[in-house]
Amino acid sequence: MGIIKIKNLVHDYIRRDEEGNVEGTSRAINKVSLEVEKGQFIVILGHNGSGKSTLAKHLNVILMPTEGSVWVNGKDTAEERNLWEIRQSAGMVFQNPDNQIIGTVVEEDVGFGPENMGVPTDEIWQRVDAALRAVNMVAYRHHSPNKLSGGQKQRVAIAGVVAMRPQCIILDEPTAMLDPVGRKEVIETVRELNEKENVTVILITHYMEEVIGADRVFVMDQGEVVLQGTPKEVFSQVELLKKYRLDVPQVTELAYELKMAGVELEDGILTTKELVEGLKRYLLREKGKDREGK
Amino acid sequence: MIRDITIGQYYPADSVIHRLDPRVKLMGTIVFLVSLFLFDGFSGYLVATLFLGGAIWLSKVPLKFMLKGLKAIFMLLAISVIFNLFLTDGTVVFRIWKIQITREGIRMAVFMAIRLVYLILGSSLMTLTTTPNDLTDGMEKALSPLRKIRVPVHEISMMMSIALRFIPILLEETDKIMKAQQARGADFESGNLIQRAKSMIPILVPLFISAFRRANDLAMAMEARCYRGGEGRTKMKPLRYKRRDFIAYGVYAGYLLAVVGVSFVFQRIF
Repeated sequence: MGIIKIKNLVHDYIRRDEEGNVEGTSRAINKVSLEVEKGQFIVILGHNGSGKSTLAKHLNVILMPTEGSVWVNGKDTAEERNLWEIRQSAGMVFQNPDNQIIGTVVEEDVGFGPENMGVPTDEIWQRVDAALRAVNMVAYRHHSPNKLSGGQKQRVAIAGVVAMRPQCIILDEPTAMLDPVGRKEVIETVRELNEKENVTVILITHYMEEVIGADRVFVMDQGEVVLQGTPKEVFSQVELLKKYRLDVPQVTELAYELKMAGVELEDGILTTKELVEGLKRYLLREKGKDREGK
Repeated sequence: MIRDITIGQYYPADSVIHRLDPRVKLMGTIVFLVSLFLFDGFSGYLVATLFLGGAIWLSKVPLKFMLKGLKAIFMLLAISVIFNLFLTDGTVVFRIWKIQITREGIRMAVFMAIRLVYLILGSSLMTLTTTPNDLTDGMEKALSPLRKIRVPVHEISMMMSIALRFIPILLEETDKIMKAQQARGADFESGNLIQRAKSMIPILVPLFISAFRRANDLAMAMEARCYRGGEGRTKMKPLRYKRRDFIAYGVYAGYLLAVVGVSFVFQRIF
């Protein structure tokens, strides 16, 4: 069994009027099943309101399933005694960097999680050191978080999760409020954690560039997983993605348009390098054809 | 105006006072404030001045910086001096029509002024040399016996430190909202007091909504990081008494004895 297993998950948000009577329900997640293996880099894609953030909150037991089950590290999230163990093994990074930093000094914030877990003082310091090194923020350890840039704040938030030594980190649109530089910083940090420390990463985003290099991609729309596979497999379905109001990376879009115009290219081109290689091959082939023709 | 108040500000420096345990500084401040009311004579003030002066000198906080904090209480000071000066009965020194100044009045006014100034200086010395975080930590530890009578000491100190963390963020936000409203033609500067107070509503409403939203987010983030109250929590920077802290306690005891002793002895002689 993988580190995360979701089976037939349903989540209804219940709207209540002022007296607390149920006015109606809206289904945010509808019969989602998916499995994540240890050490994978997973991306969940979807436009606003597709249910991706609701799904993330289930992995950290901030929300409980209306129907179906979620297992994190083999533990059922519906059972209350598993709560703290699950929160420790599946750390969560949120969208707004300002609203998730608790400490008034960077290193104290990173130590907040271990403090809550009751880790002995000496070990807290070791964990904080290691976590700050992992996100490359050692130089800022005595700074006030208010004076950092958005990308740096988000790296501190990641360090705060890393210090809890989770097996899995869930990032709920961590780059949505950042500028391009900050976005790059954060994604690089997450990649490195995945490769070096073998932490399972579940990245929730609507930026297509962040998908490249993922092991597996899930596309969500209206509470359902509508498409899944490797980035290549997913991005070869440009039309389907457009139907779900998702943009494909520029390079993929260009390759797609070229193909539509009659240039023979393979499906699911994700990087500039791939496109260049593909075009080179195509041109060579064309040259060959020309010669044959002469 | 707000910038003038030095109470609650931190003055970064590397001094013995800065390095003292926050509990020691809290205790010292209380001892000093209480001591100001223990004596009533010139000699007691002399000892208190020596003690306060010594502490300020050790703290490496410039005296000018400390005195700036007094601006905020100037009105209060003036009022109490005037009241004491004119409304104390006793031997009359000076008199115009119905207004009289007595020897006792002068004495009371001077002592009251010194007392008030020392109260402010003493407490601002503590906040100037202690980071807000250390201060809340110190208070949590010092008040921890109250947990037995179910005072939520940990929760209170957690709230204080979170509030301190969010002050700059909310200030920034207020600024942003003000600019946004001004861009749409809001006027905050003209009109009488009531009109101006009314014009604050379009700032306060969005500010409150956003503060609640932030609180919601923060609570979720804290829960996601396994926060469940003070129970079973360890400290990254636990407070431990060092040698200098015990020495400081000794100094306090010496000071208290000196204040009480000196004024007692002087009262006997004069």
